[in-house]
Amino acid sequence: MTSRPLEPPTTRPVVELAGVTKTYGDVAALRGADLVIRRGELLAIVGPSGSGKSTMLNIMGTLDRPSEGRVRIDGHDVAGLSDRELSALRAGTIGFVFQQFHLAFGVPALDSVADGLLYSGRPRAERRRLAEQALRRVGLGHRLHHEPHQLSGGEKQRVAIARAVLGDPPLLLADEPTGALDSRSGAIVIELLNELHEAGTTVVVITHDRDIAARLPREVRLKDGRIEHDSAGAGAAPSRSLVPEEAAR
Amino acid sequence: MTLTNAPRELERRADADPPRKPRPARMRPADVLRVGGSGLRSRPMRVFLSALGIAIGIAAMVGVVGISTSSTEDLDRRLSALGTNLLTVTPGQSFTGGAAHLPAESVGMIGAMDHVDSVSAIGRTSAKVYRNDRTPKQETGGLSVAAARTDLPESVGAEIVDGRWLNAANSRYPSVVLGPKAAEQLGVHEAGPDVRVWLGGRWFTVVGLLAPNQLVPAMDSSALVGWSVAKSELGFDGYPTTIYTRADESSVGDVQAVLGATANPETPSETTVSRPSDALAAKEATDDALSGLLLGLGGVALLVGGVGVANTMVISVLERRSEIGLRRSLGATRGQIRTQFLAEALLLSALGGLGGVLLGIAVTGGYASYQGWPSVVPVWAMAGGVGATLVIGGLAGFYPAVRAARLPPTEALATT
Repeated sequence: MTSRPLEPPTTRPVVELAGVTKTYGDVAALRGADLVIRRGELLAIVGPSGSGKSTMLNIMGTLDRPSEGRVRIDGHDVAGLSDRELSALRAGTIGFVFQQFHLAFGVPALDSVADGLLYSGRPRAERRRLAEQALRRVGLGHRLHHEPHQLSGGEKQRVAIARAVLGDPPLLLADEPTGALDSRSGAIVIELLNELHEAGTTVVVITHDRDIAARLPREVRLKDGRIEHDSAGAGAAPSRSLVPEEAAR
Repeated sequence: MTLTNAPRELERRADADPPRKPRPARMRPADVLRVGGSGLRSRPMRVFLSALGIAIGIAAMVGVVGISTSSTEDLDRRLSALGTNLLTVTPGQSFTGGAAHLPAESVGMIGAMDHVDSVSAIGRTSAKVYRNDRTPKQETGGLSVAAARTDLPESVGAEIVDGRWLNAANSRYPSVVLGPKAAEQLGVHEAGPDVRVWLGGRWFTVVGLLAPNQLVPAMDSSALVGWSVAKSELGFDGYPTTIYTRADESSVGDVQAVLGATANPETPSETTVSRPSDALAAKEATDDALSGLLLGLGGVALLVGGVGVANTMVISVLERRSEIGLRRSLGATRGQIRTQFLAEALLLSALGGLGGVLLGIAVTGGYASYQGWPSVVPVWAMAGGVGATLVIGGLAGFYPAVRAARLPPTEALATT
């Protein structure tokens, strides 16, 4: 990831939400959310269960479309893209990390990670080569051929992170990445996300854990489907995550 | 940057050139196969059982086709060994309803025809044959006594297993050649100067024993004596009752057409011309009804196997919702999910189809070798078997695959 060139200052934000509302029947899971995430940021979206953070993740990840409002991911207006095009957007732009790891039973770590680029059209040998690199980067170079049942929870989540960052996506969405882990493994995972962020990846961590959120450079608090607080918007000190353009303001 | 800026900024950017729309990449065929197969590898037992359903259906159909083809092949080989160019002429009913007879000179007239290789005849006598002179008269055992010309073996393809055939010398004396059934009934196991049977009220020496003859099965239960001795000792009238003719292979039809008229020019309608190889083929063909029934049963088994595959696939899709969600999050399009499950169903049934074809070949081979037949499984049956399973797999996998593809990613990911 260190090979990624510096972003030009005019680069567009990775995520732009404007007045995004999502309703399920009569229930509004998200109401009028506005949010801009720039390249290279590391932020937490935090809130209790039912606050709408999963809905926000689904919308940012283009897994779901908003009922109202506009969503722009890496400059693409989601409303203007078909389901096929959204799939391609996810394949190239967004990496996902889930609480439950989603590693297939009986599949060695290397192949699980290589699947991260399965839908990118790259040949298998290249996928596997990149997967090995990614696994080494997350500190699992000695676990390439281990199957999920031979790995600890923390290792599983690191495999899942390696899969998510395989194609160097500009945006990494982590949904409760430490939710199924003990605190030590959780700390390692958060540290890993920090490292990725320092190497230039935009990382969004969705969590209900306010301690984790407080330790990240930016914190967006959700409550009852509304953004209650945004540390960037509230004049928080510019963090090391901000791109030069942002820092210059 | 503040929250209040965000909508305005979004509006402004909308005016700018939109970035190029992302386009999904095509999956390589090898990847499609690998992904389709990955679902099978993780559940080997279930895969085995549902492939077995298909395999049984295909094996039944391939086996039925294989066995009937092997049997036909065996018949063809036997017939070509026996020759399909044998024609027989027998007297039919006379116009007045009485038994007709062929003219005594008919054998010579047929022998003079073009395209006739050989001709011979037998003439049935009213004499009976017994084991010895003390056997009760009514115990004929269904055996008949016929006069045979010395050139008969050449025409009917008779084989001698012991002793020798009638010749110019011994056919004037009380000598007899026995068909295999006749020999068995009379308790004769070998030919020889001191082996005798009681025939037409006197002793006849058994000079030869015949091998079974498939083209002329009537010979098997006959005792054959010389033409002249039959006339002198058994009251034989000298009229042939069956004329055996070998025609050129290429002219069998032509010869058959005029054979009756040549044998009995005065009343050709009183002759019956037949081709024994046809009768033999027709007898074997009666097995077709049974084959059809078995083929139908195989079809039902295949259908049940197809339902099994559909069932497996429906369950597979239900169980793997989170995998579907993950794949959608990794960038799989609906079409790629559909392709994955369709490929899985096709692989599953192709596995069954291949297994079924192998099983069918094994069944055919086993049964054919048990029957002493050559083992033949037509290529079209094997290809058809595998092809049928692919159609079934496609039909069985289509609905589950469409369901998998329609699953919204968020819903798929929510199930764990």
